Amino acid sequence: MAETTYLEAIRQGLFEEMERDPEVLCLGEDIGAYGGAFKVTEGLQARFGERRVIDTPLSEAAIVGAAAGAAHMGMRPVCEMQFIDFISCAYDMLTNYVATARYRAFLPCPMVVRGPSGGYVRGGPFHSQNPEAAFLHTPGLKIVYPATASDAKGLLKAAIRDDDCVLFFEHKYLYRRIKEELPTGDHVVPIGKARLAREGRDLSIITYAATVWKALEAAEQMEREDGLSVEVLDLRSLSPMDDEAIAATVKKTSRVLIVHEDTVTGGVAGEIAARINDLAFEWLDAPIKRVAAHDVPLPYAPPLEDFVLPQTADIVRAARWLARY
Amino acid sequence: MAASGALAASRAAGPGLTRDQLLELYYYMRLTRSLEERLVNLYRQTKVVGGLFRSLGQEADAVGSAYALDRSKGDVLSPLIRNLGSMLVHGATPLEILRQYMAKGDSPTRGSELNIHFGDTVRGFIGQISHLGDMVPVMAGVTLSFKLRNEPRVGLVYVGDGATSTGAFHEGINFAAVQRCPLVVIVENNGYAYSTPTSKQTACTSFKDKAIGYGIPGVRADGNDVVATYQVTKEAVDRARAGEGVTLIELVTYRRKGHAEHDNQSYVPTGEIDRWARENDPVDRYISELSTQYGFSISELEAIDARVKLEIDRATDEAEASPAPEPLDALRGVYADPAAAPVLWFREGIRSAVDRHERPSSWGTHDG
Repeated sequence: MAETTYLEAIRQGLFEEMERDPEVLCLGEDIGAYGGAFKVTEGLQARFGERRVIDTPLSEAAIVGAAAGAAHMGMRPVCEMQFIDFISCAYDMLTNYVATARYRAFLPCPMVVRGPSGGYVRGGPFHSQNPEAAFLHTPGLKIVYPATASDAKGLLKAAIRDDDCVLFFEHKYLYRRIKEELPTGDHVVPIGKARLAREGRDLSIITYAATVWKALEAAEQMEREDGLSVEVLDLRSLSPMDDEAIAATVKKTSRVLIVHEDTVTGGVAGEIAARINDLAFEWLDAPIKRVAAHDVPLPYAPPLEDFVLPQTADIVRAARWLARY
Repeated sequence: MAASGALAASRAAGPGLTRDQLLELYYYMRLTRSLEERLVNLYRQTKVVGGLFRSLGQEADAVGSAYALDRSKGDVLSPLIRNLGSMLVHGATPLEILRQYMAKGDSPTRGSELNIHFGDTVRGFIGQISHLGDMVPVMAGVTLSFKLRNEPRVGLVYVGDGATSTGAFHEGINFAAVQRCPLVVIVENNGYAYSTPTSKQTACTSFKDKAIGYGIPGVRADGNDVVATYQVTKEAVDRARAGEGVTLIELVTYRRKGHAEHDNQSYVPTGEIDRWARENDPVDRYISELSTQYGFSISELEAIDARVKLEIDRATDEAEASPAPEPLDALRGVYADPAAAPVLWFREGIRSAVDRHERPSSWGTHDG
């Protein structure tokens, strides 16, 4: 079987869910005839028509709000943010309206908000963001951020079938850079379950999205050069978070490095560290350390972006420090 | 799209511009077009790091409208991605633009931002963000300050047809209208927001009609006619300066290139781009107007073309020789104080990080 890119896997997931369930519809800017800024929805409108693949005005708040209303009525909307950076324009709808709907008014919101996220692409401050932490702090939203093509497809299908709102972050650096053979059949990956990306004994790296690949690179380098056996846990879901998998890897290696691409202060790593403290403090042989982006808006110039975002060399350096501790 | 000939913009009163000013309009239009052509060359040589956004076919609307502001009075302009021409009129230099696109360390944003996303409060332009419509409330505030301080200054904000669909546009223009801020809002209707045609953006037949809902005047003009664009904007600027509040201007033009250089415009009906290029190019139109209506010779215009080329050549050489930014510069300028964010502990060669993470000499509870 042929290998499928991360981007194509997402597109397949959308196709299959729209085929399976006539209540699924897509809303977004330039997603129809144009197929979206990154072509994730290419061919969707030709197959399912303009009534189910809707080119909207430039209005993120209206896209998300209208999706919520349709979801209340039993439809299953999938919203595309052209770049996830624009989700901030729908922040009010998501955090005040959507996230509270079930709790305050018994209103179901079975909807997905998806979009290209992340940096390493010279996109500058408004086409590179990782806004997951802002939403992790909002009870009522689920958050997934896949690192592989298989997970991208399987988690998207799970997100569309989920009875609550799922934010589905897609890493644009991975869109066309990774591919794999996908499982056949109705491939659904459960939300809330982490994936052990690499087994190891000496040290655990907990991460998600594009930095999973950097962590794997670092792990291979350390095995080669230092004889260290490094475990890599890919969280896949941030909300709900897989506490069991986190505790298991900590208890196994007793040394933890948390890596993410988002800025360090107030980032997801702080939450993970706090959970480890609650779940497995006695097993730790070293302080929990974080490798993440510097606390600045993401700059555009290559030397600046490379410095601000975490790189494989940073992970190696930090992991060696932890291993020696 | 409506044929440009049907647009109402009275030219009967004459342009109200001197011969030097008429030539200056031509200079800025030519500078805009030629500078973008140079950027295309640099983009193809991969010297432009990010995307390249063109204003081909929209030079008249950008230049003519910005020309109606008075920099000597401290007027402020808020450009969008296709307002390179407006920025040049308002004092931005080709060297700055080239350094920005090439992500140089001595660019106006020191490499932190892309393309024409930069500002300068001294010259009077405000750096935009990619989130469309957001500049309208910002410019409501800029012009509110003029009103509160009794300064005879005016603000001009550009939005595209797409941005009129945002909440920020609505909230900003309504606020400015209620406060009678000295603000001119220009909707550049170029037919497309990325791939989305105007018919899918709004059910209105004309963007000028949106003004009715805000209780402000709305006018529509031919954005490919540089003098008409100047005139209609000048009237709105004069109104604003006289304390008569906000005007919404719809300038009808056409985006001949894609959203950015990578966009192949597959969504555009066959022949549409060629038709606009052939029949309604703002530079061609103005050249013909300058020679037939105002009696300029072609050699006068060619002299300007030569001057523009020389300026761009020099700026290109200088920009190419500019240094890349230093990595640590990424940490500067987030706050006024402290000056730089701390360097994270895991970075190579950072001594303080090692110091901070050393183990204490004794383990367990410290006794003081």
